[in-house]
Amino acid sequence: MIRYVVKRLLMMIPILLCISFFVMVLIDITPGDPARLLLGNTATEEKIESLREEWGLNDPLPVRYGRFVWNILHGDFGTSYQTKRPVATEMFQRFPYTLLIAVLSLVLSVFIGIPLGVLAATHQYTIWDNVAIFLSLIAVSMPGFWFALLLIRYFGVVLAILPTSGIEDWKGWILPTVSLALGYAAIIARQTRSNLLEVIRQDYITTARAKGLAEGRVLYLHAMKNAIIPVVMIVGSIFGASLGGALIAEIVFSVPGLGQYTLSGLSNRDYPVIQGSVLILSGLYSVIILVIDLLFALIDPRIRSQYSSKREKIRKKGGVAANEAEEGVAAD
Amino acid sequence: MKPKKESQLIEFWLQLRKNKLAVVALVLLVLLVLVAILAPVLAPYPYAEMHPEDSYAPSSSKYLLGSDKLGRDVLSRLLWGARQSLEMGIISVAIAAVVGIFLGALAGYYGGWKDNLIMRFLDVYESMPMMLLCITLAAILGPSLRNAIIAIGVGSVPGYARLTRATILTVREKEYIEAARAINSSDAIIIVKHVIPNCMAPLIVDITMNVGNCILAGAGLSYIGLGVQAPVPEWGAMISEARNILRDHFSLSLYPGICVMISVLACNLLGDGLRDALDPRLKN
Repeated sequence: MIRYVVKRLLMMIPILLCISFFVMVLIDITPGDPARLLLGNTATEEKIESLREEWGLNDPLPVRYGRFVWNILHGDFGTSYQTKRPVATEMFQRFPYTLLIAVLSLVLSVFIGIPLGVLAATHQYTIWDNVAIFLSLIAVSMPGFWFALLLIRYFGVVLAILPTSGIEDWKGWILPTVSLALGYAAIIARQTRSNLLEVIRQDYITTARAKGLAEGRVLYLHAMKNAIIPVVMIVGSIFGASLGGALIAEIVFSVPGLGQYTLSGLSNRDYPVIQGSVLILSGLYSVIILVIDLLFALIDPRIRSQYSSKREKIRKKGGVAANEAEEGVAAD
Repeated sequence: MKPKKESQLIEFWLQLRKNKLAVVALVLLVLLVLVAILAPVLAPYPYAEMHPEDSYAPSSSKYLLGSDKLGRDVLSRLLWGARQSLEMGIISVAIAAVVGIFLGALAGYYGGWKDNLIMRFLDVYESMPMMLLCITLAAILGPSLRNAIIAIGVGSVPGYARLTRATILTVREKEYIEAARAINSSDAIIIVKHVIPNCMAPLIVDITMNVGNCILAGAGLSYIGLGVQAPVPEWGAMISEARNILRDHFSLSLYPGICVMISVLACNLLGDGLRDALDPRLKN
């Protein structure tokens, strides 16, 4: 298991290197000059040229990439062209906002989505089921930023009980989190419902009921254990989406997170900012996916057995064979 | 071959027809396409025609849904906006599906090093959250409708590749593939004529639902200014234009959002219906 985790963590390095290489190539082949954007149209060619030289933009691509990787390995993400501040420091300040919005909305959506899905599945074909399904369909089909505006309109403007933008105290977190969580809760509810419906029809559930277990125990101890596995997978992919969604929610609610930072970096072609935020967000995403995979192994013994190293498997197999042989001898 | 194909199609239609919601969704989508095509005829005003004297007019017989800051008719802009949204939904899915199915078919059919190479490529691809990838691509390529479509299309490729590969792995060892190989069909013919058609069912469902998701993503990109550029109307961009006047002119952001919601809802409902109709387990 530990071997597997280490292997996965090591695998992340080439993946992240590839991503930053693609980003660099992409930036390289598209038109746009950060020096010209910073200095404006009135700047002389010499000034622009000297700034490009200072930023090292005139070097060939492999040299620039090599320097970029070398600096990253030393923890240096470069300096923003626009703000002249180290990218690492700025990201460090903004990162918690993005992460917190993503995590809070994910937690909220799990707490709404799973009970809603269970409710719909256990009351199939009733009004509860229909309402839950209909609501989740609507929620999945709504643009998140539009729902955010609806929330701002009612809670921020009409009722005026919550701030419409910025994060000064805990109240500021409510609207961004809720606006993101709704869509994810709907996805989780749909997944939970369909899984649970499939599992409930299985024979072992009938057995559990037949031997007189209370319906609650059947549901939560037997059915949910199997139904929850695909839900965990969905939650993992939702986390990736929520990182992206948090970027947009930040822009809607003017939260000083990575979203605005990334976007302003992109529109100014501020290369260190772009590379830094793409690297951080992708790295975080990869770690989350790894955690979800491990969580899988934790709740599903079938998957756990796949992770045990080959040597262990052989040892186990050998052990079984030896036992059988012994039994054979004993039978003789 | 021909009559059998037709009967399958009819059988499929009969299955789909049982699902009332799916039929409603299909009708909605057809209407949406018609609106997009007939926008110049249906819209009472050209989308960019300004009436400065009628800034923020309430809904009246002159402007059915009111007018915006520049006195442009909201209804006309909504009708024209259907074009951009549908384009973003359909073309980007087409790009994603063609590239994704090609990659997935290659990986799934051949296996071995080709499979490995493509799957590692997808691993890298998928290590970036999709929306981040779309935003990055759209911003670096430059904000425009075309680039937004490319960005969303490229961002949706991995899903199709993985789905196609997974489906092909179940089809690859079937007898009819062996039969095709026995009569010396080339790999290309086997893949295009035998493998892919037999993998279409899950793909069709995915494609339908993905059109909705791509419309959402496109509206999102336009909202943050990376999609359709003014004065061309797009629902996401219209919401964005109206975001600072929520207090006084809420309807300006309400209507385009409802349009997006209805289109995406129709795609999702149709996708659900298709899945039920195509699922052999649910037949009989």
